[in-house]
Amino acid sequence: MSWLAFTIPTITYTGKVKEISLGPPERAVKVGNAGCYPFHLFEGEMGNPPRIAMEVYDVTPEDWPPAAREPFADVLSDPVAWAKKCVDVYGAEMVCLQLVSTDPNGLNRPAGEAAATARRVADALTVPLLVWGSGDVEKDAEVLRQVCEACEGKHLVVGPVQDKNYKKIGAPAIGYRHTVIASTPIDVNLAKQLNILLGNLGVPDELLVMDPTVGGLGYGLEYTYSVMERMRMAALTQQDDRLQFPLVCNLAKEVWKVKEVRLDDPKLGDPGKRGILMEAITAVLLALAGADVLIMRHPEAVRLVRGYLAEMMGVAA
Amino acid sequence: MPLTGIEIFKLLPRTNCGQCGVPTCLAFAMNLAAGKAELSSCPHVSEEAKAKLEEASAPPIRPVTIGAGEGQVKIGGETVLFRHEKRFENPTAIAMLVRDDMSDDEIAARLEKFRTLRYERVGLMLKPDMVALEAASGDPERFARVAARVHADTGGAAMVLMSEQPPLLARALEAVPGSRPLLYGVTTENLEAMLELAKAHQASLGVKGNSIDEAIAASQKLLDLGCKNVVLDGGARSLKAAFEEQVAIRRAALLQKFRPLGFPTIVFPCRMTDDPMKEALIAATFIAKYGGIVVLSDLEGHSLFPLLVARLNIFTDPQRPMATSEGIYPIGNPDDKSPVLVTSNFSLTYFIVSGEIENSRVPAWLLVQDTEGLSVLTAWAAGKFVADTIAALVKKSGIADRVSHRKIVIPGHLAAESGALEDELKGWQVLVGPREGAHIPAYLKNWQAA
Ligand code: SF4
Repeated sequence: MSWLAFTIPTITYTGKVKEISLGPPERAVKVGNAGCYPFHLFEGEMGNPPRIAMEVYDVTPEDWPPAAREPFADVLSDPVAWAKKCVDVYGAEMVCLQLVSTDPNGLNRPAGEAAATARRVADALTVPLLVWGSGDVEKDAEVLRQVCEACEGKHLVVGPVQDKNYKKIGAPAIGYRHTVIASTPIDVNLAKQLNILLGNLGVPDELLVMDPTVGGLGYGLEYTYSVMERMRMAALTQQDDRLQFPLVCNLAKEVWKVKEVRLDDPKLGDPGKRGILMEAITAVLLALAGADVLIMRHPEAVRLVRGYLAEMMGVAA
Repeated sequence: MPLTGIEIFKLLPRTNCGQCGVPTCLAFAMNLAAGKAELSSCPHVSEEAKAKLEEASAPPIRPVTIGAGEGQVKIGGETVLFRHEKRFENPTAIAMLVRDDMSDDEIAARLEKFRTLRYERVGLMLKPDMVALEAASGDPERFARVAARVHADTGGAAMVLMSEQPPLLARALEAVPGSRPLLYGVTTENLEAMLELAKAHQASLGVKGNSIDEAIAASQKLLDLGCKNVVLDGGARSLKAAFEEQVAIRRAALLQKFRPLGFPTIVFPCRMTDDPMKEALIAATFIAKYGGIVVLSDLEGHSLFPLLVARLNIFTDPQRPMATSEGIYPIGNPDDKSPVLVTSNFSLTYFIVSGEIENSRVPAWLLVQDTEGLSVLTAWAAGKFVADTIAALVKKSGIADRVSHRKIVIPGHLAAESGALEDELKGWQVLVGPREGAHIPAYLKNWQAA
C-alpha cells in the first residue's frame, strides 16, 4: 500500500501573547509575543525566546548550600558587585534583585534601605532590572512603593503585586513608569481577575507581566506547570485578552530551598550537580509550559538552559 | 475513529434474533455505539466483525506492556495532549543503556546502580524501570550472556533488546525465556522475521524508522499483520526534531485517530548529546512531552533523582489532591521535650512543613490530620481542619504519651481556632505558629519546651 508523506496535524491559533519591553527603551529586552504553544515552531512563531534573569540578593544569604554560594563567594555581601558579576562574567541578559531583607518575619529591614539598594543596583546595570519583594502584602506595599519612587526613570519590573496590595504598588508604578508583575497563587481565574483590576487602576497593558507562582521540582511544580499551560491555551486559542501577558517564573529560590538539594547521600550523586540539575530541569519544564522569563541562580544551570533554549529555538548555541 | 450505529449494524448478523436482549440488530448496534451495550451480548457476531469493532473502540494510543512479573512496565494508553485535560496515564519508563561490548566490570557497575538508585518519597518508590541492552559486539553468544546477566542481576527488570538482526535477538530471547522484552528495532527489511520472534516469545516490537514516514510504513504493516504491541521511534536525533516528532505522533494519534501512530514512543536522549548534564534536560523534556520510554546513557543519582521527581510531578493525577496518611511523623529523632506541630495532609503542605522542620535541625513531632487532601487554608475554610478535628486527632494519636510537655503548635492560618482548641484540649497550651512554611526554622529555633 502507499500513502502520502505524513504532515503534523496543526492547531489554529486565534490569539497572541503581547510583546512587552522590559527595561529602559534604549536597551530594552523584549519578552512574549508568542503566537503558538512553546517551541511549536512547525505551526507558528514563538516571538521572543524565554529570557533568563539572574538573581541577586540584598543581603548575604546564610542558608544556601555550598554549590550555590561558590560562584558568588566574592560578592555575596554586595548586591551591586553581584549584579555586575552576573552580567560581566555570566552574561546575564537581565538581573532580578530579591529584597529578602525586608521580610517582616525575617530581618525586617526598612523600606528606605531596600529602595536605596535597588537604586544602587539599577545605577550600576546596563541590563533590565527586576525587583522582587518579600511577598508580605503589607511590607511590599511600602517597600515597592519606595523602590518605584527611588528608581524613577529606571524602567524597573516590580513585584509581586498581589490582589491585596495592587493599588498601593500599581499607582506608583504607573506614576514612575515601571512594569508590574501581577502575582496570583496558581489560579487562572485569579490571575485574570488581577489583570483586570490592574487595568482598571490604569496600568497600561505594555507595563504588565504575570507571575503564576512557582512550586519547586517535587514541591508542587505540576500545579504551576498546568496552570501555565491553561493560561497559554486561553491566550492563544480562546482569545482571552486578559491572559495574553508574558509569564515570569521566580524559580531558583523555590528550587534551592528544598531538602533534596541539601542532603548528603551518595545515592543522590554529586550535590553540586544535583542542585544545578534541579534548577535547570525546573526551568526547562516551566519553559515547556510557557515561561517567558526565568529567574535563575546558578551560572551553570543558566548556561545549560541557555544552550537548551537556543537548540529548541533552532538557533546555534 | 469510533463507528456510528449504522456502521456497526452492517457488521452484525442482521437476523434480529433478539438474543442480545433487544429485538433487532439495529437497536443493538445503536446501543453499542452509545456505549450502552457490550458486544459480547450477541452470540452470533463473526470473528471478523469482532476484530473490526474492537479495533474501532481501542484507545487512540494503545497501552503496551513490556516485561513480566515484578519488573513489568506499562506505557502508552494516553488520551490527552495536556495533563490538565484529564491526566497522563502511564509514566514515562526510564531505561538505562547497557552495551554488550562493555567490560563485565562496567556492566556489573551499571546493574548495581540500576538496583540501588531508588528513592522512597511519601510512600512511593521512585526508581528506574528498564534496561536497554544494545548488541554492539555483534557476537550472539556474548549478547545472550549479557542479556541473561541483566535479567538475573536486576531481578527481572523489563528489557529493551536492541538489534536489527533477528538471529542475534533469537539467541538472546532463548537466554531469557518468558521475559517478554521489547525488540528494537523493526525496519521494513527485517519486519517479518521480527514479528515471528515477537509472536514466539510474546515480545513487543519497537519500530525504528529513519523518518516518521518510515516508522508509519513499518507500523502500518505490523497492524495489517495483526500486531498490536508496538513502540515507535521516528528516528529524530536532535532535541528540536525529536520534540517535534513526539508532538506529531501524539497529535496524529489523538486528533486524527491515525492508527499507525497510535502507539507509545521510545526516545533516545543518550543519542542526542555527549554531555550528561544536557542529556538530563533532554530527558526531562520527553518526560513532559510524550515519551513512552526514555533511554539514558547512564544512571547518576544527581540526574536520575531530579528526573524521577519531575516524572512524579508530571504524571500526578491533576484531579486528585495528593494526600499523606494521617498520623504522627517523627522528624530528626525527636524526644519527649521536642515540639509538636500539627498540619493538614495535603502532600504539598506535608512536604513543605516536614522539609522546613528538617531545615531547622530542631527535632520535632509532626501531627498530620486527614483533611481529605486539602491544604491548611482550604481545609480550615471548609470546616475540616478546626478545633474539634485537631482535638480529636491529638487524643486518638497518642502524642501525649510521646512528650512530657503539653504544648502544640498550630499553623498561623488557624490562629482563630486557638481559643476553642484550648477549651477542647484541657491541659494543653496552644501556640500559633507561622503562616508560611519558610518561617518554621526561625520559629522552631526559639521554641522552648519548658
Ligand atoms: S443477538 Fe446479535 S444477531 Fe441477534 S438480534 Fe442481537 S445483534 Fe442481532
